[in-house]
Amino acid sequence: MWEYTDKVKEHFLNPHNVGEIENPDGVAEVGSLACGDALKLTFKLDEKKRIKEAKFKTFGCASAIASSSALTEIIKGMTLEEALKVSNQDIAKYLGGLPDEKMHCSVMGKQALEKAIENYKGVPATQTGAKIICECFGVTDKEIEQAIRENNLSTIEEVTNYTKAGGGCGGCHEEIQKIIDRVKSEPKADAKQKLTNIQKIRLIEETLEREIRPSLKHDGGDIELIDVIGNRVIVATRGACATCKASDITLKNFVEHRLRELVSPDLVIEEVPS
Amino acid sequence: MSVIYLDNNATTEVAKEVLEAMLPYFRDLYGNPSSMHTFGGQVAQKIREAREQVAALIGALPEEIIFTSCGTESDNAAIRSALATRPDKKHIITSRVEHPAIRALCANLGTHGYKITELPVDKNGILDLENLEKSMTPDTAIVSLMWGNNETGVIFPVEEAAAMVHKRGILFHTDAVQTTGKIPINMKKNAIDMLSISGHKLHAPKGIGILYIRRGTKFSPFLIGGHQERERRGGTENTPSIIGLGKACELAAKNMEKENTYVKGLRDKLEKQILTKIPQSRVNGDTTNRLPNTTNISFEYVEGEAILLLMNEHGICASSGSACTSGSLQPSHVLRAMGVPFTMAHGSIRFSLSIYNTEKEIDFVIDKMPAIIERLRGMSPYWNSSQPACTNQ
Repeated sequence: MWEYTDKVKEHFLNPHNVGEIENPDGVAEVGSLACGDALKLTFKLDEKKRIKEAKFKTFGCASAIASSSALTEIIKGMTLEEALKVSNQDIAKYLGGLPDEKMHCSVMGKQALEKAIENYKGVPATQTGAKIICECFGVTDKEIEQAIRENNLSTIEEVTNYTKAGGGCGGCHEEIQKIIDRVKSEPKADAKQKLTNIQKIRLIEETLEREIRPSLKHDGGDIELIDVIGNRVIVATRGACATCKASDITLKNFVEHRLRELVSPDLVIEEVPS
Repeated sequence: MSVIYLDNNATTEVAKEVLEAMLPYFRDLYGNPSSMHTFGGQVAQKIREAREQVAALIGALPEEIIFTSCGTESDNAAIRSALATRPDKKHIITSRVEHPAIRALCANLGTHGYKITELPVDKNGILDLENLEKSMTPDTAIVSLMWGNNETGVIFPVEEAAAMVHKRGILFHTDAVQTTGKIPINMKKNAIDMLSISGHKLHAPKGIGILYIRRGTKFSPFLIGGHQERERRGGTENTPSIIGLGKACELAAKNMEKENTYVKGLRDKLEKQILTKIPQSRVNGDTTNRLPNTTNISFEYVEGEAILLLMNEHGICASSGSACTSGSLQPSHVLRAMGVPFTMAHGSIRFSLSIYNTEKEIDFVIDKMPAIIERLRGMSPYWNSSQPACTNQ
């Protein structure tokens, strides 16, 4: 059984603002029957362009209904600009938190809100250039990127909890990982040009520690940083890697690739005999 | 608020008689049945009796009964023994609707060099034995098919399947966890080599199970240790639970008729009334070959977890095959294997009854369900009472 807060239970058992506004100013439908939850949001503005009324209809579990109810309460009285700043975290916080596996319910609320405002403004509802990553639940790369940024997600499991992406057949896990890596490396991308030697060495060390050693160790191997001379990264392989015939390939394709991606694109990896 | 427990395929209450039979073996008669002294030896005598009681329920010989810790252990022991005793064979046949104890085990074995064939079922959850015939190869070590499905109650023709499998010299195992005590089982009249039973599904406590192994079937133990269970399952016996399970089997034999008249009657009433009172609802799974205590009903355009939580407000306990209740984001593998449409699969509720349910309880549930579904449909963006029902059957 899920551990729902009293606030979630309250908003599930006595949801606020259920229904549909006739002639709404903004309307959006997100989710689908196939996915197991869906939300139709409608709102109406007052003369001062503040949200006077918001109503929802939701097909889904208790936390989906509670999140919808919370959303409509939160945005009442807001300008559209203010409403656009409401995040899925705000919805979860309003409810006193949601179980990790249910965070996607708050994300669904946030998406409905964005789409309904787009609908009011007359902006085309489809995201330009968005590509479907998860075929099972129809989740796009843009949606995944946004969830990663706004909620500081770092694993596929977290992405699934927040967006459902990857929760079906699992065929898109590799692509989700790539998006995580890409988003995670973004702030560092700015810093790449400005790295001092000390910073570069530290970043290489950190990257080896966090990104590379765990997977090598998983296969019984290990790697040690010996020196950094300019863009040459000198390493020694240990354990299974030291005797592995494929370790050259590992170094080039995996270690060097990751270091280039996460530290600097000019790095070259070199191995000293162990 | 009193609890109305209609979730007996998840677990059952321990029968009063079972608890009474067990109690002396915690504090007074706590001896180890393997000991040389009378104090322990008298417990061994009670275990022998329990073994006879279990054997009697399924028409087996006492020495064909191994006590285990649960249904999952029995399933694991059976499959692994088959593979260990036939090391040259690398193929396992099972079905798409098995319990996770078999399904996840086979998925795991699949990553260790074994080839797994999962037989499909039709929209009513029925197995086509022709598919089984076609799937068997000289490389097949074991076929494992559940007797009664935990979610829908659909009964597989396992005795027929066992005969077919035997003809090919392949071992046959069945998970009879949901079936035992609900429909008659007579191991003298079938060719099943191994069969799993779980205590807590038939009013014995949790933490005790049975693996039946036909005499003459080669067995390689799963738990290796002491000489208990004729060296087929190491570990000091869980004496109170074994004695409790013996008693539960004795009771189950006595209650078998009640199960198929009284319980079935309550189930049929519940099902019929719900289908009558709630539009766009339907039963999942074949209703002719079905366990007497189970019904799986889908309510279109509403979600199962929400239904369960509103039922919970009235103290009614049941289960759902919806995605949200599992945390897996997808509806139950059983409903998916049957091709139940999404509009129906997310809103499925399993009611599973026992002999301890009363007609008053069933009437209460019949009274409460329509308002629960109506309330959620009132919130659903898809609900429109003029839509025609989804007719997949």
